[in-house]
Amino acid sequence: MNESLGKPIDRVEGRLKVTGAATYAAEYQIKNLAYGVPVLSTITKGRVKSIDVQQAQKMPGVIGVMTSENCMMLHSPAGSDPGSGKFAEKDLLPLQNDRVLYGGQYIAVVVAETTEQAERAAALIGVTYEEQKPAVGFENHFATAYQPGSGLGGAKTQEKRGDADAAMKTAAVTTDETYTTPVYSHTAMEPHATIAEWNGEKLTVYDATQSVMGVQALLSTILGIPKENTQVYALYIGGGFGSKGFTWANTLLAPMAAKQFNRPVKIELKRQQVFSAAGRRTQTQQKIGLGAGTDGKLVSVKHDTISETSFVDEFVETAGVATPMIYSSPNVEVKHSLVRLNRGTPCPMRAPGESVGTYALEVAMDEMARKLKMDPIQFRIANHSDMDEQKKKQFSSKYLKECYLRGAESIGWNDRNPEPGQTKQGNLLVGYGMATATYPANRSASSAKATLYVDGHAEILCGTQDIGTGTYTVMTQVAADAFGLPVEKVKVKLGNSSYPKGAQSGGSQVSASVGPAIRAAALGAMSKVIKIAIADHKSPLYDKKEEDIMAGNGRIHLKDNANVGEALVDVLRRNGMDKVEAQAKTNVSTRAQQSTTAPDGSPEAKIEEESKTNAAVQADEKTERKDYVFHSFGAQFAKVLVDPDLGTIRVEKIASIMDIGTVMNLKTATNQIMGGIIFGMGMALMEETKYDPINGRIVTRDMAQYLVPVNADIPEIDVQFIGKPDPYISPIGARGIGEIGITGMAAAIANAIYNATGRRVRDLPITPDKLI
Amino acid sequence: MEPFKLIRAQDNLQAIHSAGIKQSKFIAGGTNMLDLMKLNIETPRQVVDINKLSLYKIEEMPDEGVRIGALVKNSDLSYNPFIKTHFPMLSEALLSGASPQLRNMASTGGNLMQRTRCPYFYNTDFACNKRLPGSGCAAINGYNRMNAVLGTSDQCIATHPSDMCVALAALGAIIYVQGAKGIRTIPFADFHLLPAQTPHLEHNLRQGELITHIEIPALPFAAKSHYLKVRDRASYEFALTSAAVALDVQNGIIRQARIALGGVGTKPWRSLDAEKALIGASATESTYKRAADLALATANPYKDNAFKVELAKRTLVRALKTVEGLS
Repeated sequence: MNESLGKPIDRVEGRLKVTGAATYAAEYQIKNLAYGVPVLSTITKGRVKSIDVQQAQKMPGVIGVMTSENCMMLHSPAGSDPGSGKFAEKDLLPLQNDRVLYGGQYIAVVVAETTEQAERAAALIGVTYEEQKPAVGFENHFATAYQPGSGLGGAKTQEKRGDADAAMKTAAVTTDETYTTPVYSHTAMEPHATIAEWNGEKLTVYDATQSVMGVQALLSTILGIPKENTQVYALYIGGGFGSKGFTWANTLLAPMAAKQFNRPVKIELKRQQVFSAAGRRTQTQQKIGLGAGTDGKLVSVKHDTISETSFVDEFVETAGVATPMIYSSPNVEVKHSLVRLNRGTPCPMRAPGESVGTYALEVAMDEMARKLKMDPIQFRIANHSDMDEQKKKQFSSKYLKECYLRGAESIGWNDRNPEPGQTKQGNLLVGYGMATATYPANRSASSAKATLYVDGHAEILCGTQDIGTGTYTVMTQVAADAFGLPVEKVKVKLGNSSYPKGAQSGGSQVSASVGPAIRAAALGAMSKVIKIAIADHKSPLYDKKEEDIMAGNGRIHLKDNANVGEALVDVLRRNGMDKVEAQAKTNVSTRAQQSTTAPDGSPEAKIEEESKTNAAVQADEKTERKDYVFHSFGAQFAKVLVDPDLGTIRVEKIASIMDIGTVMNLKTATNQIMGGIIFGMGMALMEETKYDPINGRIVTRDMAQYLVPVNADIPEIDVQFIGKPDPYISPIGARGIGEIGITGMAAAIANAIYNATGRRVRDLPITPDKLI
Repeated sequence: MEPFKLIRAQDNLQAIHSAGIKQSKFIAGGTNMLDLMKLNIETPRQVVDINKLSLYKIEEMPDEGVRIGALVKNSDLSYNPFIKTHFPMLSEALLSGASPQLRNMASTGGNLMQRTRCPYFYNTDFACNKRLPGSGCAAINGYNRMNAVLGTSDQCIATHPSDMCVALAALGAIIYVQGAKGIRTIPFADFHLLPAQTPHLEHNLRQGELITHIEIPALPFAAKSHYLKVRDRASYEFALTSAAVALDVQNGIIRQARIALGGVGTKPWRSLDAEKALIGASATESTYKRAADLALATANPYKDNAFKVELAKRTLVRALKTVEGLS
C-alpha cells in the first residue's frame, strides 16, 4: 500500500504562501474596487448626536460616507441560526441606530478611490456625542453578576454531582484559592477583511472567516437576499483562533457600502481596529476549591467563575467546562456567572473555556499536590478516570497516563526537587511544572464531492476552509488514500460556499468532521468506477466481486492478486467517460443537537439521498457511539529558569505528549501543537489587553503594546503523540488538534515558576514585576 | 496620513536649507517617523530624505574616542569592532533594542530623535500634552505600567524609549549639529529636554538643524562596561528598566564610574549622584546598593509602575556586579 495518511508531507499550499501567490480576502484584484475605512466611536457609552461629514465628503477621491442616517436597513439575525458564523453582536447591527455601547464601535464608513484618501477623509468626520457613564473595570461590577444561559454549543454553565460543600467540610486536606486571567486578544496575523461585489441581485463576498457556509447563511438573513444569490470565498486565511469564527460588522458593512455606492468595496481593518472591533477573550476570576483525603483522592471539586460580557451580546467563557470530567471525584460543583461591561464583545478564542479554566484548575491541582506532599503526576494518576463521571460514559479512547510518563521522561522530571526554590543554575532558579491538557473531540455533519477525471487526477470540493492549520494538506492525504492515488494527483478545493456544506473551522472539529465525508465521497466515486469495470467485459475485472477489489497506485485490482486489474483512466476512457463523481454526507455528530437533515429539494438533500447507498457513509453512521464521550487528553511540561532578583523568566524546555487519536500528518500536527504551546506561553507570561481605567477604551491596541512571544522567547519544544486511533470517532480515528495544545500550557509554566521560586502567582500574565 | 512633499537632499547644505521651513522633517531610516505619520501623530508638510548624505562613517580618533556619522545604521554600529572593544555597553544597548530588521534600517541620528512609546501618545483619541499641548495627560491616571518614574511632571510621564541613548548618556557623548548658521555641539545631557510644562518640546535642535555626527570622547575604562535590560519578552520590546554601567576598579576601590538608566526616565537618565557615591568607595554590593538608592532617590511612581523603582535599583546593582566581575 502507498498510504499517505500519517506521513509528514509538506503543506500542499506552502509554496503559494511563501511566494505570496496565495490570495487572502483583502488581496483580490477587483475591477473598479473602492475602499472603505471605518470611523470608530471615541466614547465608550452614550449616543451619537450628530455626524458632520461635509468636510470629509469634499476631500479628493471620496465617493461617499455611510452612516446610520443613510445606510440600508438590516434584518435581525435573531431566530435564524446559521449554525456557524454567528453574528457576534446580535443586539447591535452596525449603523442601525445612534447607540454607542463600547469604545471603538462602528459609527460610519468612508468610501473612496484609495485607502489613503478614505483614511484622510475619515479623520475629518466630526462626531458629537452625548456621553454617559460607562461600566468599566471588571472587579467593580461583581455585585451585578448574574447566571447566564448556556455556553458555546449548548454547554451547561452550572453542573453538579453529589454535595461538594458537605464533602469539602469533612475533607482531610483542602485548598481554596482565587485565580485571575486578563483579557486576551487573538492577534491573528491577517486582520479581518471583506470585499463585497454586487452583480444585480447577486452578491460575491471575499471574507476572512472560519466559516464560508456560516457567512453565506448570515448575509442572506441579515441582508434579506436568497442564499443561492450569496457566494462567499475564503481560500486562504491568515489565522483565526476563534476571532473569525463569529462574524463581525466588517462582513456586513462591505456589502452595505457596495450596494449604497454601487461599487465593489473592500474593508480591511487596521491592527488597532482589530483589537476593539473583532473579538477577544473575556477576563475571568475563578475560585477553585479542592478537597482530598490523606490518600490523595479528591472528594470535592468546586469551580466558580465570574467572567464579563458586553451589552451587545452575551458570551460565556465556560472556564469550568472540563472540570466535571477531567478527574474522578464523587462531589463536583461548577458555576459560571457574568457581568456586563461597556467593552467590545468577547468571543471564542483558542480553546474557549478550557484555556483559562484548566489554567486555574491545574494550578489548584499543583497546590493540592504540594499540601498532600505528593508528586503532581502521582496525584493526577491517583485521580485518573477512564469515564466521564458527570455523563457516566466511557471515553472513546484515553491514554493520558502514558502521556504523563513520556512527558516526565522528556522534561527530566526526575531532576525536579519537590521543594520549591532549592535548585540553582548559576544565578538562576530552576523549576519544573506540569499540567493535564484536555479538549473535546468534536465532530459534526459534513458533506463533500469527489470527482475522478479521465486524465488521472482527482478533485475534492468541500465548503469548509483551511485557516492555516493544514486542512488542505491532510484532506489531500485522506482523499489520495481513498482514490488510491499519489497526493500529487489530488486537488482539494475549499473555502467556497457553493461547495457541499463543510464544517466551520472551530472547536477543533474539521479533521474529524470533514475527513470522513471526503473519504466517503472519494470511496463513492471509486465504487462507481469499480462497478463500471465489473460490468465491462473488456476489463480484467469483468464479473469480479466489488468486495474483492481494491484501489492503489492509480489502479483497481484484485485484493489478492494485484496483477489482475487495470488503470483507473483506462476504465473511464474505454467507457467514453471524462469523469466519475460522487457526493457524500456523513451525518454524524458528537453533539446530538447538531445532526441535521437538509430541506427537501435542496442540494444537500440530494447528497443525503446519494449517501444512502454509499457503503462508507453507512458503515460510519452505524458505528455505535452513544455509550461514549469523545475527548483528547495530553500532558504538558515546562522547565523554567527564573532570575530571583530581576524577576525575568526563561522557559528552557517544553514537552507535550498528546493523545489525539490517529496522527494524520506528523508535520502539520506537530505544528498545531507547537502553535498552541506558544499561544499558551504568551497567555502565561506576557499577553494582556489593558483598558483605560477611566473611560474604558483599549490602551494596548497594537503589537508593540500587546506582547506575544517572539522567536527569542521560544525554547526547545518536544511534541510527541500517542498515535493510537480512536475506534469510535470515525473510520480515520483522528480527533481534532487545533486547540488542545494551549490548554495545559499556562498552568505547566505557572507551576514550574512556583517550583523554581516558591512564589505562587495566581494572576496571569506572570511578568517580572509580580516576581520581585 | 496627510500628503507631504518629499525632497531627496544630495548634501548637508541642501538638506538644511530644505528643512528650514516649519512643518518640515528629516527622514533617515523612518522606523519611527513613518509609524507616527500613518497614525496622524506627525503630520509634516515636507519630508527631507537625508539618506544620500555622506554621514555613514565610524571614525576612530587618535585619542581612542570615536566619531559616528548620523546615518550609521544601528546594526553597523553595534557590530563595529572598535565600538565592541572600547565601548561594549553601546554595542550591547543597540543589540538589545528593536529587531534585526529595524536595526538594519534605523540610523544613529534617528535613534536620538525617536519619540516615546507611551500608548496614550500613540492614540489620538486620548488626551496627550506631548501630542497636543494643553489637552492633558491620560497616562497619569490611566494605565501607566510602562511609564517613567524619574523626570516626570504633572503634564507628562512618558518614558524615553531608546536603549542606545542610555549608553550615550553614560558615555557623555557630544552631538554635532549643522544649521544655516554653521556647526555647533550639544553635550548629550543637554540634548533631550525634561517634559516640565512643555512636554511637546523634546530636544534642543532648532528648525532645520541636522545631526551630523555623534562623538564619544575617549574613556578607557569603558572597555569594561555593560548594558543590562530587563523586559517582558526576550526581544523586540522596550525596557521595563535598564542600566548602562562602566567601572574603573583598582585594588578594590572604584576610581571612576559612569551610570545611566533606561526605562525609568522621561529622558536618558545619567545619575551623577550615583556615580559620586561610587567613586572612591570600595567595590562591594553595599556600595552598589547605596548608589542605586541615590539613583532612584527622586523617583515618583504612579499606580501601575511603582515596581520600577525597586526593579531599577536591582538592575543597576546587577549591572555593577557584572562589570566588577569583568575586572
